[in-house]
Order: sequence, then structure tokens, then C-alpha cells
Amino acid sequence: MSATATLPAPAAVPPPPPETVTVKVNGKTVQVPKTMPNWQGKPEPTTMLQAARVAGVEIPHYCYHDKLPVAGNCRMCLVECGTPMMGPDRKPVLNEDGTPKIARSVLPYEPGTPRGVIACATPISPGMEIYADSPATHQMREAVLESLLINHPLDCPICDQAGECKLQEYSVEHGQAESRFVEAKVHKPKAVDLGPRIILDDERCILCTRCIRFTKDIVNDDALGIVNRGSYNTISAFPGKAFDNNYTLNTVDLCPVGALTSKDFRFKMRVWFLKETSSVCTSCGTGCNITVGAREGVIHRFEPRSNDAVNGPWMCDSGRLNYKWIGRADRLREVRIGGRRSNWSTALREISGKLSTAPAGSVAIVASARQTNEELYLLKRLATRLGAITDSIVREGEADGLLVSADRNPNSNGVRLTGMAYTEAGIQLPKIAAGIAAGTIRSLIVFGEDVTAHGLDAGLLAKLDLLVVSDVLPNPTTEAATHLLPGAAPVEKRGTLVNTKGRLQKFNKAVEAPGDARPEVEFLQELVEAVAGPIGTATIEGLFNRMTAEIAGFGGVQWAAVGDTGITLSL
Amino acid sequence: MSTKVVERKPLTAWERSYVPSILGGLGVTWKHFKRTAPFLGNKPITMEYPEQKWVVPEGYRGAPYLVKDQDGATKCVSCQLCEFVCPPKAIRITPPGAEGQPADRANAEKMPLEFEINMLRCIFCGLCQEVCPEEAIFLQKDYSLTGVSREEMVYDKEKLLKLGGTHAGVQKWKHKLEEAAEQETFPVETAAATEATK
Repeated sequence: MSATATLPAPAAVPPPPPETVTVKVNGKTVQVPKTMPNWQGKPEPTTMLQAARVAGVEIPHYCYHDKLPVAGNCRMCLVECGTPMMGPDRKPVLNEDGTPKIARSVLPYEPGTPRGVIACATPISPGMEIYADSPATHQMREAVLESLLINHPLDCPICDQAGECKLQEYSVEHGQAESRFVEAKVHKPKAVDLGPRIILDDERCILCTRCIRFTKDIVNDDALGIVNRGSYNTISAFPGKAFDNNYTLNTVDLCPVGALTSKDFRFKMRVWFLKETSSVCTSCGTGCNITVGAREGVIHRFEPRSNDAVNGPWMCDSGRLNYKWIGRADRLREVRIGGRRSNWSTALREISGKLSTAPAGSVAIVASARQTNEELYLLKRLATRLGAITDSIVREGEADGLLVSADRNPNSNGVRLTGMAYTEAGIQLPKIAAGIAAGTIRSLIVFGEDVTAHGLDAGLLAKLDLLVVSDVLPNPTTEAATHLLPGAAPVEKRGTLVNTKGRLQKFNKAVEAPGDARPEVEFLQELVEAVAGPIGTATIEGLFNRMTAEIAGFGGVQWAAVGDTGITLSL
Repeated sequence: MSTKVVERKPLTAWERSYVPSILGGLGVTWKHFKRTAPFLGNKPITMEYPEQKWVVPEGYRGAPYLVKDQDGATKCVSCQLCEFVCPPKAIRITPPGAEGQPADRANAEKMPLEFEINMLRCIFCGLCQEVCPEEAIFLQKDYSLTGVSREEMVYDKEKLLKLGGTHAGVQKWKHKLEEAAEQETFPVETAAATEATK
């Protein structure tokens, strides 16, 4: 994946080049830039498809994709067009009213027949007219669709793509009502195991080659190709090799039909039942934008959401499949005091009572870089009031040069900005351990981390008077807690995160937290207000605006300005 | 608008004794008894439900049940269109998932793990039958559905298949499989070519 293709510089949109071309789309005159970014973001002559988009006309297409090289093989974007007629003197021929005469494109050997051109690969020229709605264009689309459907099995009832299938959509919009094909269809292999996460149904494939181009040009893993001839064309992995890289599931999104389907999502839920929520992936520091698909409180899939400033239209397989823990049976769903079930009001009253009387310097807070900025801000307020020593935990892996970041925490920058950890997270942990051992630190607050794996073992934790732990899944630290507060997974709450490149992004709540579990912001707010006095706002928006006004690093950004694709902070 | 006051005559002593009303009523009863009593040679005009059951007309919309094909296989492929279209949300389908049981029909790939119809919610509208691309659910002739609990009125897949019986139809998945097998033979023997060789 070249850096330019997936992660273009988050700079503001460059000003449109001064050079424009005037074209007509469906009779409407529009000024279109002479060049537009190609799949790699480099300027290239504007194509008819891009020009039509500028005019607000979407030309149907299968093989064309903004972020993939143009192939021009599906022929779905065929349109009729016309160019200004030139006289023998190389001067435009004019109509009687002075307008340039337009020559419609026709077959050279059959001038009565309109000749379509593929809008995805044909550059525009001055004065060109694009007829995206003419009878000839409609006829061409109908014929292309008919040809694509010749060997299509029409097994929509058992196809996972049904509901978000371009073949279905275009058949309704542009296709014929009935099939004229009476011969036996060509049958190809079904349910082919292409790789560990992908199933291929060759009969459904329309051979647009989007998957081949993606894996070759974006992931640099030339794993797929087309074998056999004519009607027997099939997509295939290299013999004896599995289609297995960390980006294979993007081909499922790319596939305009149901040929490539996800093994994970296979036969799980029909897509029209899924409630879609805009969110952000929290598996690493990149913070890919995602759409969460859930039905009745059950998460069924994550899909990438296009954001050119972060992830383009892609995301990695490991992040996409990292949702199963959310529905785990052993999720923490009870408030516990000393191991016995309690309730929120009792627990918060007890904790705030003990913290209010704690002498300065006797409290330590270990925050998590998986927490939202709002949670970290509230913890920071608490830490300031208590004079507490704070830190966070580093989580590192290996970067893959594409989307996976070496920083496996989604909000390391948020931890730094809110001041919950110094520029280097984790350096205060030995001090906390020493403090507990020496008996100067009597209370410890831990959010979303297992500190027993980071130098604060169970023996040390047993020395504490108060150990407040909030987490989502059980671990040795939650077992040692005097007060256990069940928290919410990222998809169960709202908040903002700052990715490794300083992109401030917000995510929304897709499902409810199980049992008594609550979003951390809610109970932290109650706790902080009880210990450190009122904050003066009850909403997450208000809290965010308060935080950005107080902390210079956030540059005073307002919640409303963040938008669905985030905003870049100068770190 | 004028008001007409109806004169209510006070009842006489004879009328107040109820005797004329009782006699009048007995007269009506006797008249109908003579006209309908079977042992007086009359044809019965009522149906002794539930010993006798009404035969519903063609096209009657009774309870929706799942059907099996002529080979005894489940026709439903769990496409969930009926669940989507059902106006009172009476239908609930659990799809098989990736590791679920494979369909008992060859080539269909998919069948529901569970299929429930809440007969208390069902309004017998027939949209499920209309929308079904597999001809797997039909409104049948059952109109009297009873149970002693709400749970009992939620019919599961097993019960629906048992009640639904068999519906012979085009076996498109089987047909596709046959077509695919034919494709493997070469040269392709068409019906016309076979005729010609004879």
C-alpha cells in the first residue's frame, strides 16, 4: 500500500487547479478541473465518470474504484457522448444559432449506431457532451447487464451479499425485467476455500478484477488471478497457496457481487437487519474509521468507513475481526465491593468517601490508553484534586507499513495530551510499586489495565486499603479489587480518541453495555463531582468542549467541529 | 326536530303475571323446534363443532407453516425475507452461521438453525408466503390454534415442518447440481442429438 494511496497527507484539500474544462452532462453545463487525483492521489486527466460526479450524476460501474487502478473491463459505465464537430479547416462547425455543432460518437463502420465509451477510462475534452441518460446509453447498460447475468446463478436467497449487491441494484435500476437466456448456464466451483477468511463463489463472479488489483497494487501480495478461458474464467489463488494476508477481507467489501464473502460473517445475518453506527477501530493507534453492524444488541461485523485522512477505504483483518470479546459470556456485569455484588450508588459513595479523606500523595491512578479523551480528562481532574501519581501502560507490536501501527493503544496521544502520562508512558509504574511497597500509597485506581502484568503483583495489591478497578473483562487485577466497577466496550459508549498522527476522531454507541456495566464517563463524572466538586456539564459534548478549552493541546476544538471523519490536531 | 312522546300504557294484571309472555316465548321455541329437530325429519342446520370441522374454502388464509420438498428436505434457506416483511414481527429466524449445520438439500448451502413463528402475533396476512423465493412457507388451512401458555404458541422449526407437510415444486438447487454434472460430460449430448442417433 503506497503511502500516497491510503494515507494521503492530512493537509487541507489543495485548491482546485486553475485550469478547468467545460463539459455538458445530461444537458447541464459544468466546469470540471482539467486534472483530478487518480487512485494514488496523483493528478491525471479527468475522466468522464469523474466529470459526471462533479455534475451530480453517478454513472453505474463495477470494476472502477476510486482507490484502485482503472481496468475498464466490466463495461458497465458505457455511455454515449459527443464532441464538438471540426470542419476541414480545423475550426469548430457551428449551428445556425452560433452554438458548436456536436458530433455524437458512432461506430466508424456503421455511422447509424451510437458508439459507447467507458466513462471510467475516457478523459474529457473541451466542449464534450456526456449523455448519461440517453436511450442509447440505457440500451447499452441493459445489454451489459444481460451479458453479466448470463452465467450468474441468481442464488440471492443464499447469498450474503444480497441487500448490498451492485448486481441486484443495477438490475433493478437499469436491467431488463425478464431473462431471455434459455440455455443451460455455465457452472463453476461454489464455496471455494480461498484463504483462512475468504470464501469464493465463482459462479457469482463478474470478473471485474477489483480483488486482484487490490491485493496486487495496494497490499503488494500478488496472490489472485484469473484462470481458464471464456465463460469458464474463474478467480483463483496461486495453486497450492492460500489467499492469506492481513487485508484479505477488504476484497469482500470491494467485490460488487457475492463472489467473495467473509467466512466470519457467512450466513450470520442478512445485511438489511444491521443497524449501522459510525465508529473507530480501537485495535491500534491508526484509528481506522469503521461502521459497526449490529442487530438487537449483537455485533455482527465491522466494516471500514472511508476516510482519506486516516485509512482510505480499507482496514486490516485483525482489527475487523477484533469484536468477539465484546459479547463474551465472562464480561464483567456486576458492581462488586470486596468480591460481593453491590450497586453503583453504594460503591461510588464508598469510593468518594475514602478518596475525599485520603491524604495528598497517597493515591495512584493507572489509566489506560484505550480510554477516551473524556474519561482521561475526568481522571486527570481527580488526580489533580488528590495530588495523585498517574501513569498508563504501553502496548507495542510491529507495524506493517500499511495500516497497522506499532502502537497498539488507540489513544496514546490522548493520554499524553490530558497529562495522565508523561511523554513516555510506563515510567511512573516502578515508583507506584515502590510507593505501595513502602506504604506511602494506600489507594490505587486502575482503569482498563491488568497491572499485575506490569510490576504491581497481587502481593503488592493486597497491601492497599483501596483498590478501585474498572474493566470490561476479568483479569487478576479485577479479582484483587476492593471496588470493581464494570465498564463499557468502545462500541457501547461515545467518546473521542487521538490517533498516532494526531487525528482527533469521535465514535458512537452501537449497542448497550451488558448487566450493570456503564460507560466510564457516566460514573467517573459522578465520582469526580463527589470528590473534586461540580464540573458544570452533564453531557459528553459539554465535557469535550470543557476539556479542549482547558487543555491547550486540543486547540479549543468544539465537539460540533469534529465531524464524522475527525479533525487533525497539531501535536 | 320534534319529539314524539310514545305512550307507555300501564300493564294489566294479566300481563303482569308473565303468563302471556312465557306462552308467546314457548310458541317461538316450538315453531323452531318443529322446523329443525332432526328426529322430526329435518336436515341439521348447525355444525357440531369441534366433533365436526368446517372445510375451509380454497385460498383460505390459515396458519403459515414450513413445507418440505418431495425428497423430504427442508425448503427454507434462511433468507429472512419473511422475517423482514412480516408486519407484526411474528417470525424470527436464527441463521446457521458459518459453522452451522449444512442444509439437508444438496447445493442449497444454507438452512435455518431455528425458525419460530409466534402464532399469537401472526395476523395471517400471507406476506411471508408471497415474499418467499423458495416456496418454503405456505398459509395452510388451520384456523384454530390453541395452547395453554404463550411459549406454547411460539411454533418452532420442527413443529412448523411437521404441520406443514410436503409441497412438491421445482427443485431448483437439485436442478443446478444436475446441470453442473452434465457440463462435465463431453461432447455435450443434447436431446436433439440423442434423437438423431436413434
